[in-house]
Amino acid sequence: MERTTIDLWVGIFVALGFAALLGLAMKVGNLTTSNISQTYLVTANFENIGGLKPRAPVKSAGVVVGRVNDIVFDPKTYEAVVSLNIDTRYNFPKDTFANIYTAGLLGEQYVGLEAGGDETSLKDGDKITQTQDAVVLEKLISQFLYSKATESDDKPTKSTTASTESATDALDASPLDKIGK
Amino acid sequence: MVVHKLTRMLSKLGAGCINKVWRLGAGGRLFWLTLISSGESFRRFRLTIREVYFTGVLSLIIILVSAFFVGMVLALQGYQTLQKYGSSEAIGVLVALALVRELGPVVTALLFAGRAGTAITAEIGLMKATEQLSAMEMMAVSPIARVIAPRFWAGVIAMPILATLFSMVGILGGYLVAVPLIGVDAGAFWSQMQANVDWQYDILNGALKSVVFGVACTMIALFEGYDAPPTAEGVSRATTRTVVTSSLAVLGLDFILTSFMLAV
Repeated sequence: MERTTIDLWVGIFVALGFAALLGLAMKVGNLTTSNISQTYLVTANFENIGGLKPRAPVKSAGVVVGRVNDIVFDPKTYEAVVSLNIDTRYNFPKDTFANIYTAGLLGEQYVGLEAGGDETSLKDGDKITQTQDAVVLEKLISQFLYSKATESDDKPTKSTTASTESATDALDASPLDKIGK
Repeated sequence: MVVHKLTRMLSKLGAGCINKVWRLGAGGRLFWLTLISSGESFRRFRLTIREVYFTGVLSLIIILVSAFFVGMVLALQGYQTLQKYGSSEAIGVLVALALVRELGPVVTALLFAGRAGTAITAEIGLMKATEQLSAMEMMAVSPIARVIAPRFWAGVIAMPILATLFSMVGILGGYLVAVPLIGVDAGAFWSQMQANVDWQYDILNGALKSVVFGVACTMIALFEGYDAPPTAEGVSRATTRTVVTSSLAVLGLDFILTSFMLAV
Protein backbone atom coordinates (compact mmCIF):
# COMPACT_ATOMS: atom_id res chain seq x y z
CA MET A 1 0.00 0.00 0.00
CA GLU A 2 2.80 2.38 0.97
CA ARG A 3 4.64 1.61 -2.18
CA THR A 4 1.79 2.26 -4.55
CA THR A 5 1.23 5.75 -3.20
CA ILE A 6 4.94 6.44 -3.61
CA ASP A 7 4.74 5.18 -7.16
CA LEU A 8 1.80 7.47 -7.80
CA TRP A 9 3.63 10.51 -6.45
CA VAL A 10 6.77 9.74 -8.42
CA GLY A 11 4.64 9.28 -11.53
CA ILE A 12 3.02 12.66 -10.97
CA PHE A 13 6.44 14.20 -10.34
CA VAL A 14 7.92 12.88 -13.60
CA ALA A 15 4.79 13.85 -15.54
CA LEU A 16 5.01 17.37 -14.09
CA GLY A 17 8.63 17.54 -15.19
CA PHE A 18 7.78 16.59 -18.76
CA ALA A 19 4.84 19.00 -18.76
CA ALA A 20 7.12 21.81 -17.60
CA LEU A 21 9.68 20.99 -20.30
CA LEU A 22 6.93 20.97 -22.91
CA GLY A 23 5.56 24.21 -21.52
CA LEU A 24 8.98 25.84 -21.67
CA ALA A 25 9.50 24.65 -25.22
CA MET A 26 6.08 25.75 -26.46
CA LYS A 27 5.28 28.84 -24.47
CA VAL A 28 8.72 30.26 -23.68
CA GLY A 29 11.02 28.94 -26.38
CA ASN A 30 10.81 29.29 -30.12
CA LEU A 31 10.19 25.64 -30.92
CA THR A 32 6.82 26.52 -32.42
CA THR A 33 7.58 29.94 -33.84
CA SER A 34 10.82 29.25 -35.67
CA ASN A 35 9.75 25.93 -37.05
CA ILE A 36 11.17 26.50 -40.49
CA SER A 37 11.57 22.97 -41.73
CA GLN A 38 12.77 23.37 -45.29
CA THR A 39 15.03 26.20 -46.29
CA TYR A 40 17.25 27.23 -49.14
CA LEU A 41 20.54 28.97 -48.72
CA VAL A 42 21.50 32.24 -50.36
CA THR A 43 24.53 34.41 -49.66
CA ALA A 44 25.02 38.15 -49.64
CA ASN A 45 28.19 40.23 -49.36
CA PHE A 46 28.26 43.25 -47.11
CA GLU A 47 31.06 45.75 -46.56
CA ASN A 48 29.96 46.20 -42.96
CA ILE A 49 27.51 44.04 -41.06
CA GLY A 50 27.49 46.09 -37.88
CA GLY A 51 26.30 43.87 -35.05
CA LEU A 52 24.57 41.18 -37.09
CA LYS A 53 24.81 37.75 -35.51
CA PRO A 54 24.09 34.18 -36.66
CA ARG A 55 20.45 33.16 -36.03
CA ALA A 56 19.28 36.76 -36.45
CA PRO A 57 15.97 36.94 -38.30
CA VAL A 58 15.61 37.60 -42.01
CA LYS A 59 12.51 39.69 -42.61
CA SER A 60 10.62 40.80 -45.62
CA ALA A 61 7.84 43.36 -45.17
CA GLY A 62 8.31 42.79 -41.44
CA VAL A 63 7.55 39.07 -41.62
CA VAL A 64 10.23 36.59 -40.58
CA VAL A 65 11.05 34.53 -43.66
CA GLY A 66 14.32 32.98 -42.55
CA ARG A 67 17.37 33.15 -40.31
CA VAL A 68 21.01 34.13 -40.70
CA ASN A 69 22.90 30.87 -41.00
CA ASP A 70 26.51 31.89 -40.91
CA ILE A 71 28.76 34.93 -41.21
CA VAL A 72 32.31 34.62 -42.51
CA PHE A 73 34.96 37.12 -43.54
CA ASP A 74 36.22 36.89 -47.09
CA PRO A 75 39.95 37.73 -47.00
CA LYS A 76 40.07 38.38 -50.77
CA THR A 77 37.40 41.03 -51.06
CA TYR A 78 37.58 42.14 -47.40
CA GLU A 79 33.83 41.76 -47.17
CA ALA A 80 31.53 39.84 -44.86
CA VAL A 81 29.77 36.89 -46.52
CA VAL A 82 26.43 36.35 -44.83
CA SER A 83 24.54 33.15 -45.66
CA LEU A 84 20.80 33.20 -45.14
CA ASN A 85 18.43 30.29 -44.65
CA ILE A 86 15.14 31.24 -46.29
CA ASP A 87 11.93 29.26 -46.02
CA THR A 88 11.15 27.37 -49.23
CA ARG A 89 7.57 28.67 -49.08
CA TYR A 90 8.83 32.11 -50.05
CA ASN A 91 10.41 32.88 -53.40
CA PHE A 92 12.29 36.08 -54.03
CA PRO A 93 13.31 37.61 -57.39
CA LYS A 94 16.95 37.51 -58.40
CA ASP A 95 17.39 41.26 -57.99
CA THR A 96 16.21 41.28 -54.39
CA PHE A 97 17.78 43.99 -52.26
CA ALA A 98 19.29 42.96 -48.90
CA ASN A 99 19.65 45.56 -46.14
CA ILE A 100 20.82 45.35 -42.58
CA TYR A 101 18.38 47.14 -40.32
CA THR A 102 18.18 47.71 -36.59
CA ALA A 103 15.00 46.93 -34.68
CA GLY A 104 14.31 50.02 -32.63
CA LEU A 105 17.00 52.45 -31.55
CA LEU A 106 19.17 49.98 -29.65
CA GLY A 107 17.56 46.70 -30.72
CA GLU A 108 19.06 43.69 -32.43
CA GLN A 109 20.01 43.81 -36.08
CA TYR A 110 18.28 41.85 -38.79
CA VAL A 111 18.43 41.38 -42.54
CA GLY A 112 15.62 42.97 -44.49
CA LEU A 113 14.81 41.75 -47.99
CA GLU A 114 13.13 43.99 -50.52
CA ALA A 115 11.84 42.18 -53.58
CA GLY A 116 12.88 43.45 -56.99
CA GLY A 117 11.15 43.02 -60.31
CA ASP A 118 13.08 40.15 -61.89
CA GLU A 119 11.04 37.20 -63.13
CA THR A 120 13.56 34.49 -62.24
CA SER A 121 13.71 33.77 -58.54
CA LEU A 122 16.57 33.02 -56.19
CA LYS A 123 17.60 29.38 -55.90
CA ASP A 124 19.63 27.45 -53.37
CA GLY A 125 23.25 28.65 -53.44
CA ASP A 126 22.52 31.92 -55.24
CA LYS A 127 24.03 35.24 -54.31
CA ILE A 128 22.22 38.47 -53.62
CA THR A 129 24.23 41.16 -55.38
CA GLN A 130 22.48 44.30 -54.24
CA THR A 131 23.16 44.96 -50.59
CA GLN A 132 23.24 47.87 -48.23
CA ASP A 133 25.48 47.93 -45.17
CA ALA A 134 24.48 48.35 -41.60
CA VAL A 135 24.22 51.90 -40.38
CA VAL A 136 27.11 52.65 -38.06
CA LEU A 137 26.15 55.27 -35.52
CA GLU A 138 29.59 56.94 -35.47
CA LYS A 139 29.54 57.39 -39.26
CA LEU A 140 26.06 58.84 -39.06
CA ILE A 141 27.07 61.31 -36.39
CA SER A 142 30.21 62.41 -38.23
CA GLN A 143 28.18 62.89 -41.43
CA PHE A 144 25.65 64.94 -39.53
CA LEU A 145 28.33 67.09 -37.93
CA TYR A 146 30.08 67.57 -41.27
CA SER A 147 26.89 68.66 -43.02
CA LYS A 148 26.07 71.00 -40.15
CA ALA A 149 29.54 72.51 -40.36
CA THR A 150 29.34 73.15 -44.13
CA GLU A 151 25.81 74.46 -43.82
CA SER A 152 26.76 77.00 -41.17
CA ASP A 153 29.99 78.02 -42.88
CA ASP A 154 29.09 81.62 -43.74
CA LYS A 155 25.59 82.41 -42.49
CA PRO A 156 26.17 82.46 -38.75
CA THR A 157 29.41 84.46 -39.04
CA LYS A 158 27.55 87.06 -41.06
CA SER A 159 24.79 87.27 -38.56
CA THR A 160 27.17 87.46 -35.61
CA THR A 161 29.17 90.26 -37.21
CA ALA A 162 25.94 91.98 -38.03
CA SER A 163 24.72 91.67 -34.50
CA THR A 164 27.99 92.95 -33.04
CA GLU A 165 27.90 95.89 -35.45
CA SER A 166 24.39 96.73 -34.46
CA ALA A 167 25.34 96.43 -30.82
CA THR A 168 28.26 98.84 -31.22
CA ASP A 169 25.99 101.18 -33.16
CA ALA A 170 23.53 101.09 -30.33
CA LEU A 171 26.32 101.79 -27.86
CA ASP A 172 27.51 104.72 -29.93
CA ALA A 173 24.03 106.03 -30.19
CA SER A 174 23.36 105.78 -26.54
CA PRO A 175 24.17 108.95 -24.62
CA LEU A 176 26.86 107.31 -22.43
CA ASP A 177 28.61 110.55 -21.71
CA LYS A 178 25.44 111.96 -20.32
CA ILE A 179 25.15 109.29 -17.64
CA GLY A 180 25.72 110.65 -14.21
CA LYS A 181 25.32 114.23 -15.30
CA MET B 1 61.73 27.76 17.27
CA VAL B 2 60.53 29.82 14.30
CA VAL B 3 61.93 27.23 11.89
CA HIS B 4 60.20 24.50 13.84
CA LYS B 5 56.88 26.35 13.67
CA LEU B 6 57.33 26.97 9.95
CA THR B 7 58.01 23.31 9.18
CA ARG B 8 55.00 22.30 11.19
CA MET B 9 52.81 24.74 9.26
CA LEU B 10 54.19 23.54 5.93
CA SER B 11 53.68 19.90 6.81
CA LYS B 12 50.13 20.65 7.91
CA LEU B 13 49.46 22.38 4.58
CA GLY B 14 50.95 19.47 2.67
CA ALA B 15 48.95 16.93 4.67
CA GLY B 16 45.80 18.91 3.95
CA CYS B 17 46.52 18.95 0.23
CA ILE B 18 47.37 15.25 0.14
CA ASN B 19 44.19 14.52 2.07
CA LYS B 20 42.12 16.47 -0.47
CA VAL B 21 43.71 14.62 -3.38
CA TRP B 22 43.16 11.30 -1.62
CA ARG B 23 39.50 12.12 -1.08
CA LEU B 24 39.12 13.16 -4.71
CA GLY B 25 40.55 9.84 -5.81
CA ALA B 26 38.35 7.88 -3.40
CA GLY B 27 35.32 9.84 -4.63
CA GLY B 28 36.22 9.04 -8.22
CA ARG B 29 36.57 5.36 -7.35
CA LEU B 30 33.17 5.37 -5.64
CA PHE B 31 31.67 7.08 -8.72
CA TRP B 32 33.12 4.37 -10.97
CA LEU B 33 31.90 1.58 -8.65
CA THR B 34 28.44 3.16 -8.59
CA LEU B 35 28.34 3.30 -12.38
CA ILE B 36 29.36 -0.33 -12.90
CA SER B 37 27.05 -1.67 -10.19
CA SER B 38 24.05 0.45 -11.18
CA GLY B 39 22.55 -2.41 -13.20
CA GLU B 40 21.00 -3.60 -9.94
CA SER B 41 19.26 -0.27 -9.39
CA PHE B 42 17.59 -0.54 -12.79
CA ARG B 43 16.64 -4.19 -12.43
CA ARG B 44 15.01 -3.46 -9.09
CA PHE B 45 13.68 -0.11 -10.16
CA ARG B 46 11.40 0.18 -7.10
CA LEU B 47 14.43 1.04 -5.00
CA THR B 48 15.19 3.98 -7.28
CA ILE B 49 11.54 5.09 -7.40
CA ARG B 50 11.45 5.15 -3.62
CA GLU B 51 14.52 7.42 -3.58
CA VAL B 52 13.06 9.67 -6.30
CA TYR B 53 10.13 10.14 -3.94
CA PHE B 54 12.36 11.16 -1.05
CA THR B 55 14.79 13.37 -2.95
CA GLY B 56 12.51 14.70 -5.70
CA VAL B 57 8.86 14.74 -4.71
CA LEU B 58 9.47 15.88 -1.16
CA SER B 59 11.75 18.69 -2.41
CA LEU B 60 8.96 20.06 -4.60
CA ILE B 61 7.54 22.47 -2.03
CA ILE B 62 10.79 24.31 -1.27
CA ILE B 63 11.78 24.36 -4.96
CA LEU B 64 8.45 25.66 -6.24
CA VAL B 65 7.95 28.28 -3.55
CA SER B 66 11.46 29.67 -3.94
CA ALA B 67 11.08 29.61 -7.73
CA PHE B 68 7.93 31.67 -7.47
CA PHE B 69 9.62 34.31 -5.34
CA VAL B 70 12.79 34.35 -7.44
CA GLY B 71 10.69 34.96 -10.56
CA MET B 72 8.72 37.75 -8.91
CA VAL B 73 11.86 39.49 -7.63
CA LEU B 74 13.52 39.19 -11.04
CA ALA B 75 10.56 40.88 -12.69
CA LEU B 76 10.48 43.69 -10.13
CA GLN B 77 14.22 44.34 -10.25
CA GLY B 78 14.47 43.99 -14.01
CA TYR B 79 11.60 46.39 -14.57
CA GLN B 80 13.36 49.13 -12.59
CA THR B 81 16.31 49.12 -14.98
CA LEU B 82 14.56 48.30 -18.26
CA GLN B 83 12.06 51.09 -17.71
CA LYS B 84 14.92 53.63 -17.85
CA TYR B 85 15.64 52.56 -21.43
CA GLY B 86 11.99 52.49 -22.38
CA SER B 87 11.99 48.77 -23.07
CA SER B 88 9.93 47.40 -20.23
CA GLU B 89 8.41 44.83 -22.63
CA ALA B 90 11.77 43.04 -22.62
CA ILE B 91 11.08 42.02 -19.03
CA GLY B 92 9.76 38.66 -20.27
CA VAL B 93 13.03 37.93 -22.07
CA LEU B 94 15.05 38.93 -19.03
CA VAL B 95 13.09 36.75 -16.63
CA ALA B 96 12.97 33.75 -18.97
CA LEU B 97 16.62 33.81 -19.99
CA ALA B 98 17.88 34.37 -16.45
CA LEU B 99 15.79 31.49 -15.15
CA VAL B 100 16.25 29.00 -17.96
CA ARG B 101 19.97 29.55 -18.44
CA GLU B 102 21.26 30.19 -14.96
CA LEU B 103 19.01 30.54 -11.96
CA GLY B 104 16.87 27.48 -12.66
CA PRO B 105 19.69 24.94 -12.66
CA VAL B 106 21.95 26.71 -10.14
CA VAL B 107 19.43 27.65 -7.44
CA THR B 108 17.75 24.27 -7.75
CA ALA B 109 21.10 22.55 -7.27
CA LEU B 110 21.92 24.71 -4.22
CA LEU B 111 18.52 24.01 -2.66
CA PHE B 112 18.80 20.34 -3.58
CA ALA B 113 22.19 20.13 -1.85
CA GLY B 114 20.67 21.64 1.28
CA ARG B 115 17.42 19.70 1.25
CA ALA B 116 18.24 16.28 -0.22
CA GLY B 117 22.04 16.11 -0.19
CA THR B 118 22.27 16.52 3.58
CA ALA B 119 19.59 13.86 4.09
CA ILE B 120 21.51 11.41 1.91
CA THR B 121 24.79 12.06 3.74
CA ALA B 122 23.22 11.75 7.18
CA GLU B 123 21.35 8.58 6.25
CA ILE B 124 24.36 6.79 4.78
CA GLY B 125 26.67 8.08 7.49
CA LEU B 126 24.33 6.70 10.14
CA MET B 127 23.95 3.42 8.24
CA LYS B 128 27.71 3.13 8.36
CA ALA B 129 27.89 4.15 12.04
CA THR B 130 25.33 1.52 13.00
CA GLU B 131 27.19 -1.02 10.84
CA GLN B 132 24.26 -1.67 8.54
CA LEU B 133 26.58 -1.41 5.54
CA SER B 134 28.97 -4.00 7.02
CA ALA B 135 26.00 -6.26 7.76
CA MET B 136 24.97 -6.07 4.11
CA GLU B 137 28.46 -7.02 3.04
CA MET B 138 28.38 -9.97 5.44
CA MET B 139 25.18 -11.12 3.72
CA ALA B 140 26.96 -10.84 0.33
CA VAL B 141 24.76 -7.87 -0.61
CA SER B 142 26.81 -5.11 -2.16
CA PRO B 143 25.96 -1.88 -0.29
CA ILE B 144 27.04 0.10 -3.33
CA ALA B 145 24.51 -1.64 -5.58
CA ARG B 146 21.79 -1.77 -2.92
CA VAL B 147 22.17 1.63 -1.19
CA ILE B 148 24.42 3.97 -3.16
CA ALA B 149 23.40 3.37 -6.79
CA PRO B 150 19.61 3.84 -6.37
CA ARG B 151 20.19 7.13 -4.55
CA PHE B 152 22.61 8.26 -7.22
CA TRP B 153 20.22 7.60 -10.08
CA ALA B 154 17.33 9.10 -8.14
CA GLY B 155 19.29 12.35 -7.77
CA VAL B 156 20.26 12.35 -11.45
CA ILE B 157 16.61 11.82 -12.45
CA ALA B 158 15.13 14.28 -9.97
CA MET B 159 17.44 17.26 -10.57
CA PRO B 160 16.53 18.12 -14.21
CA ILE B 161 12.83 17.70 -13.42
CA LEU B 162 13.11 20.01 -10.43
CA ALA B 163 15.14 22.56 -12.42
CA THR B 164 12.62 22.59 -15.27
CA LEU B 165 9.77 23.07 -12.82
CA PHE B 166 11.77 25.84 -11.14
CA SER B 167 12.14 27.70 -14.45
CA MET B 168 8.49 27.26 -15.34
CA VAL B 169 7.16 28.40 -11.98
CA GLY B 170 9.67 31.26 -11.86
CA ILE B 171 8.45 32.51 -15.24
CA LEU B 172 4.87 32.29 -13.96
CA GLY B 173 5.88 34.37 -10.93
CA GLY B 174 7.58 36.90 -13.20
CA TYR B 175 4.47 37.02 -15.37
CA LEU B 176 2.25 37.69 -12.34
CA VAL B 177 4.39 40.64 -11.28
CA ALA B 178 5.02 42.06 -14.74
CA VAL B 179 1.57 41.82 -16.29
CA PRO B 180 -1.17 42.25 -13.66
CA LEU B 181 0.88 44.19 -11.11
CA ILE B 182 3.12 46.49 -13.17
CA GLY B 183 0.96 46.54 -16.28
CA VAL B 184 3.32 45.37 -19.02
CA ASP B 185 1.42 44.22 -22.09
CA ALA B 186 0.83 40.46 -21.89
CA GLY B 187 1.23 39.89 -25.63
CA ALA B 188 4.56 41.71 -25.73
CA PHE B 189 5.71 39.81 -22.63
CA TRP B 190 5.20 36.40 -24.24
CA SER B 191 6.07 37.26 -27.83
CA GLN B 192 9.39 38.89 -26.94
CA MET B 193 10.17 35.89 -24.78
CA GLN B 194 9.38 33.47 -27.58
CA ALA B 195 11.40 35.46 -30.07
CA ASN B 196 14.53 35.49 -27.91
CA VAL B 197 14.58 32.20 -26.01
CA ASP B 198 15.93 29.43 -28.17
CA TRP B 199 14.74 25.88 -27.58
CA GLN B 200 18.13 24.30 -28.16
CA TYR B 201 20.61 26.93 -27.03
CA ASP B 202 18.79 28.01 -23.90
CA ILE B 203 16.33 25.38 -22.70
CA LEU B 204 18.21 22.20 -23.59
CA ASN B 205 21.52 23.64 -22.41
CA GLY B 206 19.89 24.57 -19.10
CA ALA B 207 18.56 21.03 -18.75
CA LEU B 208 22.01 19.64 -19.54
CA LYS B 209 23.48 21.82 -16.81
CA SER B 210 21.00 20.50 -14.28
CA VAL B 211 21.87 16.90 -15.19
CA VAL B 212 25.55 17.64 -14.54
CA PHE B 213 24.66 19.35 -11.25
CA GLY B 214 22.54 16.34 -10.33
CA VAL B 215 25.48 13.99 -10.82
CA ALA B 216 27.82 16.30 -8.88
CA CYS B 217 25.50 17.05 -5.93
CA THR B 218 24.32 13.47 -5.43
CA MET B 219 27.80 11.99 -5.81
CA ILE B 220 29.28 14.43 -3.30
CA ALA B 221 26.50 13.70 -0.81
CA LEU B 222 26.92 9.94 -1.25
CA PHE B 223 30.68 10.06 -0.95
CA GLU B 224 30.63 12.25 2.17
CA GLY B 225 28.19 9.85 3.79
CA TYR B 226 30.10 6.74 2.74
CA ASP B 227 33.39 8.26 3.87
CA ALA B 228 32.13 9.73 7.17
CA PRO B 229 33.83 8.59 10.40
CA PRO B 230 31.28 6.32 12.14
CA THR B 231 30.65 8.71 15.03
CA ALA B 232 28.01 11.33 15.76
CA GLU B 233 30.56 14.09 15.24
CA GLY B 234 31.84 12.49 12.06
CA VAL B 235 28.35 12.34 10.54
CA SER B 236 27.60 15.94 11.48
CA ARG B 237 30.88 17.14 9.94
CA ALA B 238 30.24 15.11 6.81
CA THR B 239 26.81 16.72 6.47
CA THR B 240 28.32 20.19 6.70
CA ARG B 241 30.99 19.27 4.16
CA THR B 242 28.30 18.05 1.77
CA VAL B 243 26.63 21.45 1.65
CA VAL B 244 29.90 23.37 1.35
CA THR B 245 31.45 21.12 -1.29
CA SER B 246 28.27 20.76 -3.33
CA SER B 247 27.66 24.50 -3.42
CA LEU B 248 31.22 25.25 -4.48
CA ALA B 249 31.16 22.43 -7.04
CA VAL B 250 27.87 23.67 -8.52
CA LEU B 251 29.09 27.25 -8.86
CA GLY B 252 32.45 26.19 -10.28
CA LEU B 253 30.90 23.72 -12.72
CA ASP B 254 28.38 26.37 -13.74
CA PHE B 255 31.17 28.67 -14.86
CA ILE B 256 32.89 25.90 -16.83
CA LEU B 257 29.66 24.69 -18.47
CA THR B 258 28.53 28.22 -19.32
CA SER B 259 31.85 29.09 -20.93
CA PHE B 260 31.61 25.94 -23.04
CA MET B 261 28.00 26.56 -24.02
CA LEU B 262 28.50 30.21 -24.93
CA ALA B 263 31.63 29.43 -26.92
CA VAL B 264 29.74 27.13 -29.28
